[in-house]
Amino acid sequence: MLDDFLVRAALAAFGTAVAAGMLGCFVVWRRMAYFGDATAHAAVLGVALALGFGTSITLGVVIVALAMAVLIHGLTGQGAAVDTMLGVLSHGALALGLVAVTMIPGQRIDLDAYLFGDVLSVTRADLAVIWGGCAIVGAILWWQWSAMLTATLSPDLAYAAGINPRRAQLVLTLLLAGVVAVAIKVVGALLITALLIIPAATARAFAATPERMAMLSVGIGGVAALGGLRLAVIYDTPVGPSIICMAAALFAVATVGGKLRR
Amino acid sequence: MSLICAQNLEFAHGGQTVLHAVNLTLAPGEIVTIVGPNGSGKSTLFRLLIGALQPHKGQVIRKPGLRIGYVPQKLHIDPTLPITVGRFLNLPQRVSVGDARQALEIAGVPGIRDQQMAQLSGGQFQRVLLARALLGKPDVLMLDEATQGLDQPGSASFYRQIDAVRRDMGCAVLMISHELHVVMSASDRVICLNGHVCCEGTPEVVSAAPAYRELFGTGTGGALALYRHDHDHAHDHDHPHTHTHEAAE
Repeated sequence: MLDDFLVRAALAAFGTAVAAGMLGCFVVWRRMAYFGDATAHAAVLGVALALGFGTSITLGVVIVALAMAVLIHGLTGQGAAVDTMLGVLSHGALALGLVAVTMIPGQRIDLDAYLFGDVLSVTRADLAVIWGGCAIVGAILWWQWSAMLTATLSPDLAYAAGINPRRAQLVLTLLLAGVVAVAIKVVGALLITALLIIPAATARAFAATPERMAMLSVGIGGVAALGGLRLAVIYDTPVGPSIICMAAALFAVATVGGKLRR
Repeated sequence: MSLICAQNLEFAHGGQTVLHAVNLTLAPGEIVTIVGPNGSGKSTLFRLLIGALQPHKGQVIRKPGLRIGYVPQKLHIDPTLPITVGRFLNLPQRVSVGDARQALEIAGVPGIRDQQMAQLSGGQFQRVLLARALLGKPDVLMLDEATQGLDQPGSASFYRQIDAVRRDMGCAVLMISHELHVVMSASDRVICLNGHVCCEGTPEVVSAAPAYRELFGTGTGGALALYRHDHDHAHDHDHPHTHTHEAAE
């Protein structure tokens, strides 16, 4: 079954959407969209470095995304003007990555695959990375859910209950780096944030509790992933952007539908 | 053994000393109120006591395993985060439905478990915060201007609830308040803070202390008089303390 590239693509897209759907809720609740962008853009630099040093792309992406995550986490603790710093880091890393790729001697690589994703070319090894990453994100979220939710609602409530909100923030940041590494092959560095935010935002109107919102977000992400893939196959469009289009369409329908219902 | 003991605390923010030489102990079961003008470091002191801030000098000793029921001044819930009252009460520890119902009843807001937190009125919201704090079976309830935004009958009834809770559960209460007249009458001990502890003692002692009168004015004969005369004298001040009016409201 895994010999069929379409089956592999579907599994990859679905797995990524599941991981992004779970984490995306926290990204929305904590307004970390910029944060996701910076980590995702840094992944392009990771691709360049991996090619330059001849290591695996996944490893390069994970290391650079984690480094960016830790750097941003450190900065947010300083109380600096965070959004400006994030803008600088995010686009600085993206530009540096784009430049660095062209300086690698020998091959001219197809950067589009990393900017916009290339899910039709995922291998069994990629699938293992994606579903392994998804399992790790799911397990950590399950284990830390209550602490992270409390810290998200109010850092002071968390402190009073003996939970360190800075630690919860760090865990989320690291998970974000993990999702970026997983998603880059599927939707590409430029659209990862969309996959995090849009399903969660779509789920908001239909959920009464954080848990239901997360589950709905996973479901909506999954529908967008498979629907987008199907559209891409039918109309011969790029898969990553098609998935995001599908998600955005679901969001539009949900928003208009929600307004009409009221 | 005291529940919380702060020794010689010093804290600076942006090069400005906010608190210095602050000592405070809280014994089991007592109600202690911290009063002081805006910017006197009351909320900073609270955040030091719960561990959200680290003092630059001195230390905070909490009884090992101390359970704090914290009711913040205000809690902003991001509109993207859906949460019912029932779910909120389960943070961070799961509680049974029966316990949640009971806590809401004690806090004076029965039957709102299925409502969204965002749809509550200010008074209901504060009471839900109180209910959540109670569910942790706290050794100490800490209330940071918990009645801000409530009208006078609302805050008076809130404090009656606090008093009843202390009676029933035997927890200590440490609170910050501007509403001197209500609070002082309900407290065992009052600490008057203005960067340092100006004076402390029973409500009678503090309201007669020169340091307190300097901060809150003598025109009305102190907060206890305010309590008795209620609104009549609140607007009569003729001295330049800008915080006085606010403190008396």
